[in-house]
Amino acid sequence: MEKAVRKYWPIFLLPTAAAFSVGFLYPFIQGLYLSFCSFITIDRATFNGLENYKYVLTDTSFLHSFWFTALFTVIVTVLINVGAFALALALTSKIKASNMFRTIFFMPNLIGGIVLGYIWQILLNGALSILEKPLLALDETYGFIGLLILMCWQQIGYMMIIYIAGLQSIPDDYIEAAKIDGATEGQILWKIKIPNVMPSITICMFLSLTNGFKLFDQNLALTGGEPAHASEMLALNIYNTFYGRSGPQWKGYGQAKAVLFCIMVIAISMLQLKATKSKEVQQ
Amino acid sequence: MKFKKVLALAMVATMAVGALAGCGGNKDDKKESDAGKVYYLNFKPEADDAWQALAKEYTKETGVEVTVVTAASNKYEETLMVEMGKSDAPTLFHVNGPVGLNNWKDYCMDLSDTDIYKNLTSDDYALIDNGEVKGIAMAIETYGIITNTKLLAQAGYSVDDIKGFEDLKRVAEDITARSDELGFAAFTSAGMDDSSNWRFKTHLANLPIYFEYQAENETSTDAIKGTYLENYKNIFDLYINNSTCKPTELSGKTGDDSESEFIDGKAVFFQNGSWEYNNVIGDGKLAAEDVTMIPIYIGVGDEANQGLCTGTENYWCVNGTADEKDIQATLDFINWCVSSDEGTTAMANDMGFVIPFKDAKETENVFVKKDAEMLAAGKTTIPWSFTTIPSETWKNDLGSALNAYAGGTGTWEDVEKAFVDGWATEYKAANQK
Repeated sequence: MEKAVRKYWPIFLLPTAAAFSVGFLYPFIQGLYLSFCSFITIDRATFNGLENYKYVLTDTSFLHSFWFTALFTVIVTVLINVGAFALALALTSKIKASNMFRTIFFMPNLIGGIVLGYIWQILLNGALSILEKPLLALDETYGFIGLLILMCWQQIGYMMIIYIAGLQSIPDDYIEAAKIDGATEGQILWKIKIPNVMPSITICMFLSLTNGFKLFDQNLALTGGEPAHASEMLALNIYNTFYGRSGPQWKGYGQAKAVLFCIMVIAISMLQLKATKSKEVQQ
Repeated sequence: MKFKKVLALAMVATMAVGALAGCGGNKDDKKESDAGKVYYLNFKPEADDAWQALAKEYTKETGVEVTVVTAASNKYEETLMVEMGKSDAPTLFHVNGPVGLNNWKDYCMDLSDTDIYKNLTSDDYALIDNGEVKGIAMAIETYGIITNTKLLAQAGYSVDDIKGFEDLKRVAEDITARSDELGFAAFTSAGMDDSSNWRFKTHLANLPIYFEYQAENETSTDAIKGTYLENYKNIFDLYINNSTCKPTELSGKTGDDSESEFIDGKAVFFQNGSWEYNNVIGDGKLAAEDVTMIPIYIGVGDEANQGLCTGTENYWCVNGTADEKDIQATLDFINWCVSSDEGTTAMANDMGFVIPFKDAKETENVFVKKDAEMLAAGKTTIPWSFTTIPSETWKNDLGSALNAYAGGTGTWEDVEKAFVDGWATEYKAANQK
């Protein structure tokens, strides 16, 4: 078998490589090229050098979106991971119907972002109007908090499943041995459980960080960037640049923003992977 | 060993079949017909079925292949961009007016020598750019304040009592004062949700824009002055303070909310257009004789002779970069649609359009009939000046400002800023090179 694989590897690899090139590499490189052009349709692009990037770096709305997104991502990553880990701890201890709870907590993740956005918009607006506060689309802070609530509600269940898998893979002897040595619950948590679920933490951090940074559907449906672009996150800002005005230059600006956005997401997730990976331990 | 080799080969074969399957087929579609073919990228999802049927009818009659593809609601520009990049690009597509044309100018052929242009009833319905006819309106629409006359009668008024803004204000405020006793409000909720706010940021904004163009004797501008913003405020205040809900709740209200309030008889007035005909009139909804449309009075100009707002956002453009044969086939097809018996009947009845062509058939749409009636009575129709709004962003920013104003978190100055300053910046942004 091994010999056969060694002999025929191109035939195994090529279909996937071809699909990857057609579906990812080629569009990516073309996208990169288009960020230096102004265009309406991609087959008739005119090269205009660094014009697009020059504009983007002076665009204050892009900067605002960046900070809004960065703040959101930091807070949401912390909230989701702490919440998911706490739930995972609770649901791996021996409580009744823990399987049912796991299913229930996981469920919100099965609903699409746009639908969730509209459902939560109705819910939160209902609550805000009873409290006689401005509705979501009228106040940046409430919009921000609304997005946090929505994202936590959607993502905690999913991350919880990953943490549960991590916690269950810790051999019972570790914890037993620690108990015999007289370790407290807190010590077991910090010295044994957390170091041993580091791989899960890496994955969950990566997912929640990139999800938060790339958030689009929920942002569009919940606040739509209101009031006056104040709650507009990066992805939505790019979308609005692209389609908000007519004329070939705007497509170029949008494209340049998208390339910068892509670089940011890659850079941030690389840093995070490096940071958490170094803390992982061998079992 | 042998078995393993066979197994490996079998796996390779399976994968190869899977990978190559996508390349097969389609061979039969490639037969080129001499007559050319039509590819129409339709703008109106609600008319999709009717277009598919009409295309089939045309193919049966002439043998020319007609493909109709409909873009999802609100996704036309995106779909058009993608389709135009393909080798089999649409031969017939829509632009929404002079600003939309800006994107597609290079693709639109000059239609001045075509039969369809000669069939057009007035040059008002052609999109002319530098002396070239780049687009032809395929349907005209009318908007105003849709009024439930039955409820209005219960409140003790008739549409004849409303001859201007002052009358409208008096009636609306009287209804609000007695709303508990009457059981309905004056206006449906002026929803500021995306599905409904175009009624105010675009259609209502048309009036101050139009009256300013009138006063300045222009048809478009790079910097609007906002001369009639005070009137815009008055009418918007009237809408939000006399509606079915509190102004602070408007930002969460949708177009559907507003429509169902009107159908359920919870409000007398509903600002919307002729396209709402099938939605508000019919079984389980309102009766045609109980509904009419009145002009949107804002207290400017000769209100006694003001008519409804009539115009178009639906221009047909023919792709000049397409194959010669396909262009000819497309021109023949659109001309057939607006001149043949089958075509005009389908457009009037199945799609409910009023088409600005000589052979047009009459429709049952009461709002359109009302417009014709007012025109015959010598009233001045208000054109759709909003097609000169510099960008989608201008509308969205104005919408935000109106929303904040209604909700009490913003001021009217912000609306003025979005309207006047926003126009100048957006005009510059859209026209910079």
